[in-house]
Amino acid sequence: MSERFDLAILGSGPGGYVAAIRASQLGLKVAIVERERLGGICLNWGCIPTKALLRTSEIYHYMQHADAYGLSASNVSFDLAKVVDRSRKIAGQLNAGVKSLMKKHKIVVIEGDGRLTGATQLSVKTGDRERVLDAANVIIATGARARDLPCTPADGKRIWTYRHAMVPPEMPTKLLVIGSGAIGIEFASFYSDMGAEVTVVEMVDRVLPIEDADVSAHMSKALTKQGMTLVTGAKVSGVVAGRDGVTATITTTDGQAKTASYSHIIVAIGIIANLEGVGLEALGVKVERGHIAVDPWGATNVAGLWAIGDVTGAPWLAHKASHEGIVAVEKIAGLDPHPFTINNIPGCTYSRPQVASVGLTEASARAAGHLVKVGKFPFIGNGKAIALGEADGFVKTIFDAATGELLGAHMIGAEVTELIQGYVIARQLETTEADLIDTVFPHPTLSEMMHEGVLDAYARAIHF
Amino acid sequence: MPIDITMPALSPTMETGTLAKWLVKVGDAVKSGDILCEIETDKATMEVESIDEGTVAELLVADGTEDIKVGAVIARLSGEGEAAVSATAGASAPLPPAGGVGGGVATAASLVSEPPPPAAAAAPTPPAASSVDTPPPTSPASGRGETGTEGDATRINASPLARRLAAAANLDLATLVGSGPHGRIVKADVDAAAAATSAHQPVAAVTHTGSAPVAGVVAQAAAGPVAAMSASVPPAGVPMAAVKLSNMRRTIARRLAESKATVPHFYLTVDIRLDALLKLRGELNKSLEAIGIRLSVNDLLIKALGGALIRVPEANVQFAGDTLYKFSRVDVSVAVAIPGGLITPVIVDVAGKRLSVIASEMKDLAARAKDGKLLPEEYQGGTASISNLGMFGIKQFDAVINPPQGLILAVGAGEPRPYVVDDALAISTIMSATGSFDHRAIDGAVGAQFMSAFKALVENPLGMLA
Repeated sequence: MSERFDLAILGSGPGGYVAAIRASQLGLKVAIVERERLGGICLNWGCIPTKALLRTSEIYHYMQHADAYGLSASNVSFDLAKVVDRSRKIAGQLNAGVKSLMKKHKIVVIEGDGRLTGATQLSVKTGDRERVLDAANVIIATGARARDLPCTPADGKRIWTYRHAMVPPEMPTKLLVIGSGAIGIEFASFYSDMGAEVTVVEMVDRVLPIEDADVSAHMSKALTKQGMTLVTGAKVSGVVAGRDGVTATITTTDGQAKTASYSHIIVAIGIIANLEGVGLEALGVKVERGHIAVDPWGATNVAGLWAIGDVTGAPWLAHKASHEGIVAVEKIAGLDPHPFTINNIPGCTYSRPQVASVGLTEASARAAGHLVKVGKFPFIGNGKAIALGEADGFVKTIFDAATGELLGAHMIGAEVTELIQGYVIARQLETTEADLIDTVFPHPTLSEMMHEGVLDAYARAIHF
Repeated sequence: MPIDITMPALSPTMETGTLAKWLVKVGDAVKSGDILCEIETDKATMEVESIDEGTVAELLVADGTEDIKVGAVIARLSGEGEAAVSATAGASAPLPPAGGVGGGVATAASLVSEPPPPAAAAAPTPPAASSVDTPPPTSPASGRGETGTEGDATRINASPLARRLAAAANLDLATLVGSGPHGRIVKADVDAAAAATSAHQPVAAVTHTGSAPVAGVVAQAAAGPVAAMSASVPPAGVPMAAVKLSNMRRTIARRLAESKATVPHFYLTVDIRLDALLKLRGELNKSLEAIGIRLSVNDLLIKALGGALIRVPEANVQFAGDTLYKFSRVDVSVAVAIPGGLITPVIVDVAGKRLSVIASEMKDLAARAKDGKLLPEEYQGGTASISNLGMFGIKQFDAVINPPQGLILAVGAGEPRPYVVDDALAISTIMSATGSFDHRAIDGAVGAQFMSAFKALVENPLGMLA
């Protein structure tokens, strides 16, 4: 006997569970299938627990530099097990939160391995038990996992992915981070602040390669100053794990190879969509470059079958998945939702310093043929930043010279991840420089730099 | 559960349509296949059949409502066994008055403070907006539930960027339809309108289907150009009737004004001896009599136009901004006068078709054109046009290019005229034909070669049978 639903969702990450809640709000009868923990990677093994770790390393850093604020703190140390435990408890708390949200919205949660047995039919195996769900529509939200090194898969002992790196059994002494995207840089920042000697290897010629080149350059300087070793334009080969460590050979583009020993390696070289075992092949679901192909509302080429989040491609971000989930559900419910603009999705890196951005980089704006006006304002020109003892960083804005459209905004420095939404709203509402210039920003705040960054693009910055 | 009936897309490029007439009323029982209403697109009137079964619960737009967006709910059926009660959402969406112009036009008129001009500048969209935004009954939580009407009826809901872009592109925001929340006009709407009005970019056809970039009479939302044609004030005291433009009239006005304003026309005229062609036609018709086909002179001229464009392919082209489309097939749009206007059904691959096929297709298309029953696909596209006013005794005329095409051939009457044959004055049946060319795509010499190839084919018509 099959059970009937209006909507069945495979995967309960930030795409799936948000879609389920929105569907319930719209009066649909919803089932959500999860093989591990409700909330998916984001709040169990990703965004949230790493933010908990990074908060620890940030406070630890401040404690070590207490004298800069006129404070004294001696014998500052940490208990790694407690640090990890705090992070896990926070993940657990949010996991329970999602459970209660599912209950509140009368969403049927089915734990088990789900597989499509028809375009809109799921078979879910829980141990020996099998349930069949027939739904009017099915959303695939199975997410993604870390990509392994081709030569040596992560073993969780000396070679880690993000998943191992957030529950370290011991503190690395000498750490090699492979990949300098957001995940690589966040772990490098955490372990460096916690006292490890950290080397970051990046294949292209700069760290945080998807960010604006100025941000990459600034980050590079900041991390080097903190004591990290950054090797760009380089590949890692010959990774050999031993009992007490691991050796790796780093080859730069000019052909120079160096082999060194590390206590641990973190592999952060991207992700692979979780497409296997979902049953896509039998249905002829179109897959392009390793991701499910969808229209702007998340519909696949198979009627009634939808996909959202990491399985559908970049940017691999929780908030992108959530929004796609809402758009897909509203479309299913017969509303007329707006497909969203990829250029309006902000990206954040929670390292020290933080990075946040939205829209085009200066280089991509120019490459797209825009005549641009670029504004830049440094943290050192902002009173609040100096008062916080965080005078390093900048805000950069890129405007179309002809139309005044805010094409992109890029920030590096303290708390910028909390600031970027101002520019995201500006983009979403299609404000021009005129509206931003006329907006009053509160004093004293870091947000004043966002105003000054706009003013500077029009040669009107006040404090620099 | 009520079933929503939405505005159907009657062609791949259709964006809006006019609900000409309801053929059912509230309380009527309908079954699958019953005709519900007639929809008027810019050139054709089509009947819409019901796919579902039920009782008509409510009609959400009145007869004559214009510019209804494709996908907008126009009526609701209640399913079997359900009472035909009005859905709650309907209560707040009153029927717009017949004529379908609603409050928007009144506003526009009072602003102008002149009697409503015949071409009531692009009819604004409130009727469409209200039906679009009426939330389906299952979704009370829609974020875009309300209509776009604000307290201040003159305020246009547009983003700052859209305002600036519209000003730069010389577009009147009042003529645009907003796709943003609460009907807000956003950058994408201005970009789309600007693209639709700019030169000859066959935007709609390309983006919709990715097929050959030949857009015929493409139904665009009534955007800039209509409004750009300033409404004139009639002379005082002259008895008159102000007749509201039909969709077809508006489309003709917009497209031909655009053609004359933006396409640099030049004209080439040749006189052509028809005697051989008339003789051949007589012979062919004798042999075709058995299968009931009769070739008209026009059928032969269509065929000759196709043959000439195959011989001079440089003239079978279309200008598109920074691109030139060079077609390797000739599709001829044939101008057909119909009540209230004209329409150009297309004969596809004229060069590859036998004369008898062209004749029977033309007969069918012309008949259905006069009944307003052509499918949009049948009058959109074409790589060149032909217009024949010979039957009215017109000796020669210059036609307006049918954008985005590159040429149109204007054919006058075949008449006995003194003509020099073999160095002696004789009487021959002569026809004047004038080609209008888009100079951006076709130069004088190429145009002349084409005219000469056309003349040669008509004077030696066996060439078009080869």
